[in-house]
Amino acid sequence: MKNKVLNILNEIRPEFDFSTSENFIEEGMLDSFDVVSLVTTLDEQFEISIDGMDILPENFSSVEKIIVLLEKNGVKA
Amino acid sequence: MNLKFQNKKITGILTVLPENEINFEDEIENYNFSSSQSMKLKLVMGYNKRRVVNAGTTCSDLCVFGMNYLFDNKLLDKETIDALILVTQSPDHFMPPTSNIIQGKLDLKQDMICLDINQGCSGYIVGLNQAFMLLEQEEINKVVLLNADVLSSKVSKKDRNSNPLIGDGASITIIEKDVENNIIYGNIKMDGRGADALMIPAGGFKMPSTNETAELKEDKAGNLRSLDHLVMKGDEVFNFVQKEVPPMIESLLEKANFDKDNVDFYMFHQPNKFMLNKIADKIGIPHSKLPSNIVENFGNASGISIPTVITHNLGKDLTQNSYQICMAGFGVGLTWASLLIKLEKLDFCELINYK
Repeated sequence: MKNKVLNILNEIRPEFDFSTSENFIEEGMLDSFDVVSLVTTLDEQFEISIDGMDILPENFSSVEKIIVLLEKNGVKA
Repeated sequence: MNLKFQNKKITGILTVLPENEINFEDEIENYNFSSSQSMKLKLVMGYNKRRVVNAGTTCSDLCVFGMNYLFDNKLLDKETIDALILVTQSPDHFMPPTSNIIQGKLDLKQDMICLDINQGCSGYIVGLNQAFMLLEQEEINKVVLLNADVLSSKVSKKDRNSNPLIGDGASITIIEKDVENNIIYGNIKMDGRGADALMIPAGGFKMPSTNETAELKEDKAGNLRSLDHLVMKGDEVFNFVQKEVPPMIESLLEKANFDKDNVDFYMFHQPNKFMLNKIADKIGIPHSKLPSNIVENFGNASGISIPTVITHNLGKDLTQNSYQICMAGFGVGLTWASLLIKLEKLDFCELINYK
């Protein structure tokens, strides 16, 4: 799952190395519109619908946080 | 606050859109972002094309054009209008009320009420509520609700948050007394503590426009706008909508004792496709029942978006059939409101171009 998430992130912002960052938001790698693109892609690729209430920057600040969100939506590791 | 109205009905809806169409791709170079990023947003948010007025065209121009269309086509008799409500955030002038100006231009009778209301994204439902209340009066039998906004000129061309989605337009809705005892359920909430989430800071009495307020400044995300421009705190608005709208709909349907699957269409305010799809998922209804195709075709023109989603998606069908509709508006104020209403074989339901 981690590699799939990293691939999605790299497609959205290919200019950054998401594998070495600790906080995508604080380091300016993802803005709010990138988060919208990310949610849409995650929804499509994992066949889920991430709850609108969970679309907060802190839930997309690292690969680990994104995986927690996916697991919350029933995606199995 | 829960609301309930009886013996009232909507008998016609007309949307008037300016003919000037702007394509999203033509404006990408204005924004401080890569074109690939912007093109991804186009798909997700539904940005595509939008309608805006030419410089100098005002709300009263759009409304008068639409009203004359109805008079000329014998869809409305001017002598029968007892009240004219205009909901707008872009009046022709600070004073007098634009509804009075429209009354004068149309040469309507003096024995009537003209009323301006300053509301935006929830303005259609606020206006309908006001119309229903006026119809409680013995001598008021027909109310014309005008929703109109021409805010495109108040948005910075270099603001990717707002510019791709803002459109202009007007709508005219006729509301009358009804002998049938159909009950209309509604609810409305407001929270002025969020007033700065959607705002045009300068240009009023609090902060008059000056050379300083017209100065473009860059925000953290890279958008450029001045204090004379509309500012939308997109993240705050998104979170407010996701938090408040689904429970509002649940509460409305519960109060009306109405199953969500028996609603034919959820005709909601149209901020963007992404937000609307998330609301539909949360409520648990198919996307096909909650159309989200107004921003991509015409742009979001505030209080005009609900009548536009009705006229664009149902149109003539609604002159021959009846549908149970759930409406919801949410945004500037902050204000959020909903209605459960049966729309029955309207006299007209169409969308025309302003010329």
